[in-house]
Amino acid sequence: MDVLPVIIFLFFVGLVLGLSFYFARKAKTSSGYFAAGGKIHWSVNGIAFAGDYLSAASFLGICGMIATLGYDGFLYSIGYLAGWIVALFVVAEPMKRLGKYTFADALDARFSSRGVRLAAAISTLVVSLFYLIPQMVGAGVLVTPLFGLPHAAGVIMVGAIVIIIVATAGMTSTTYVQFLKGGLLIVFSSILVAVVLIRGLSTTPDQGGKEPFYEYQTLTVQGQGDQLSIQEGDYQVVSQHDYKGTAFVSLADADGQVSWWKAETDENGGTKLHETQYVSVKPDGREWINGAPASDENHLRQVGNLSTIAGQSGPEADTSGVGIFKFLSLISSEDSTINMWRKTSFEADGESLTIYYSEQTSGNKFMRPGLKFKVEGSFVERIDFVSLMLALFLGTAALPHILIRYYTVPDPASARKSTIVAIAAIGFFYILTLFMGLGAMANGVLNPADSNMSAPLLARSFGTLLFAIISAIAFATVLGTVSGLIVAASGAVAHDIMDMFLNIKMTDRQKVLAGRITAVGVGIIAIILGILFEGMNVSFLVGWAFAVAASANFPAIVMVLFWQKTTAQGVVASVFSGIIAALGIILLSPDMFVRYGLDPASAPLNFSQPGLVSIPISFMVLVVVSLATQKSKIPEATVAA
Amino acid sequence: MLHEPADTPAEKDYAIAYKTRLGVQMFIAYALFYAGFVLINIIKPVLMEKEVIFGLNLAVVYGFGLIILSLIMALIYNALCIKKEKALNGTSAQGKVE
Repeated sequence: MDVLPVIIFLFFVGLVLGLSFYFARKAKTSSGYFAAGGKIHWSVNGIAFAGDYLSAASFLGICGMIATLGYDGFLYSIGYLAGWIVALFVVAEPMKRLGKYTFADALDARFSSRGVRLAAAISTLVVSLFYLIPQMVGAGVLVTPLFGLPHAAGVIMVGAIVIIIVATAGMTSTTYVQFLKGGLLIVFSSILVAVVLIRGLSTTPDQGGKEPFYEYQTLTVQGQGDQLSIQEGDYQVVSQHDYKGTAFVSLADADGQVSWWKAETDENGGTKLHETQYVSVKPDGREWINGAPASDENHLRQVGNLSTIAGQSGPEADTSGVGIFKFLSLISSEDSTINMWRKTSFEADGESLTIYYSEQTSGNKFMRPGLKFKVEGSFVERIDFVSLMLALFLGTAALPHILIRYYTVPDPASARKSTIVAIAAIGFFYILTLFMGLGAMANGVLNPADSNMSAPLLARSFGTLLFAIISAIAFATVLGTVSGLIVAASGAVAHDIMDMFLNIKMTDRQKVLAGRITAVGVGIIAIILGILFEGMNVSFLVGWAFAVAASANFPAIVMVLFWQKTTAQGVVASVFSGIIAALGIILLSPDMFVRYGLDPASAPLNFSQPGLVSIPISFMVLVVVSLATQKSKIPEATVAA
Repeated sequence: MLHEPADTPAEKDYAIAYKTRLGVQMFIAYALFYAGFVLINIIKPVLMEKEVIFGLNLAVVYGFGLIILSLIMALIYNALCIKKEKALNGTSAQGKVE
């Protein structure tokens, strides 16, 4: 364990906690606790928006997905940013005009309906919990290389710190934590991209001379099936396995050390074996990596490189420093080849095996959509892609923890201006994600077992100091977003459910106390979920949270603002149908079946993104129920013009 | 730390109708540009590999374009809102409108 990263990390945590205790005195009233007193300057709020929004999904998840699946990861950057246009043009000013502490205030402004309050509060809790999962997973991912601690320790650490931040000072400290983290994230991501460009591209990346490039072997074999005969080296075939159409062969060398190879038939009908990495779990539960017991010294090798750059390989391909356009155009070239790493798991020889193997793809395919989202696949697969892009576009303006930030500024014009600052900061950061993700892919720093650490591991290849700072910022990233989510959930319970729905008479101080107790409860639930969902790409998970938010909240917000015939019953039905439809599709999707430990092919649905189905359902239910309940409509009072 | 006075009741904002209409129009314009990106990807994804400028393919140029366009449109929207607020309310609105 390096000391420097730990010192810098502890400094950041100390700074964040110090801010919380400093601002605790401002959180004595409901307005102070839930909305920072409505006194935050729009420029601070704009960067805090960035700090709130640029979560573990943006920094860890997107960079990881770009590094492993190319341009498809950048689709999240595009969609997440585009969503801010909806926030600015449609909801920013009305949200501030109509609300006070929670987005339910704005939703219920025309109705004074307990049902709308309850629906909005439940939706806030569901979306916040869904969004919390990837943040906590990201926290767990970060502490392993930093402290050598297990995933669960990181999750518990973040949970405990966030509970302290939110329970002590609510939205004020949350705002300044997010402001600090948002600013630092953008500055140091820019530095990371600059050093990536200065280093340039190489087909044999050695992390600036720190880590010798590992050349994976390829063996030519004769024969097929059980009759394989190896011409090179001193290897004996131990066993062969076909798994989902891919053949794997285990070989023993002269010392009896077993290794796994991926078999491939070449264009001449011959067979080639490509060296892989593998993790095997023995029947007694012990874990072995690449034929030896797992230990601090024996772990999976970092991977990721281009095997050709614009048709060249070896020393001639080295570029040294490159500009931003050259960097992207070289990787996008059809004459560049990228080594992508895949994994597969199966039982063999009494062991549970996970094999990591490389597959080559050309730069032009890597740099356009298609490797994750099958835009050239079946109709359903293409619809899945459209569904994701729709949910990302409409989800931002429906996220409760983003919407409550409109109540921290003094007036609607400040809400508008802070959104524009957010668009500038977030847009700039998302452009950087493409360079960080591709930099991680090209520099041999990827952990083949977990894509989420790509950006911090890229920083580590430039030295311990940058790694320490980037890791600490990544941790602060999680803290900032989780704080915002817990404030949103806390407001939903204390303000919407206890005060407005249950009509519990509370003094201002009791309301703040209720908010603090809720923060502790939600924090504990988040810790449990973060441990359960270990290993999933955090950006993928956040994509689902966007789909749930866009389905549950967006139709209600838009229709309340723009359709005079909307009724309270219509809003309630829309929110619940959106939640049920989106969650139902997610829970029955192939990706969740993998989580359940079941065969994804046995999932009743063959798509994973619910937006294209659940958002229209939510809109239609609102229209139908509103038209059917026109008699109960309360005359419009405060709706936007 | 850049705190401002808390929100106080103020005179009516007569520019609300204009800002709402403008916001919807600009939202539709951006949504069409965004939809174009999605449609190209599902109808003719190979087009995204086509080199457009500086050696960059259409996927990168269109993706960056969506990000940069959002900021340009946001700034135009803000400028038009401020102009209308001044014309109708006699102030640039910050801290002065409901």
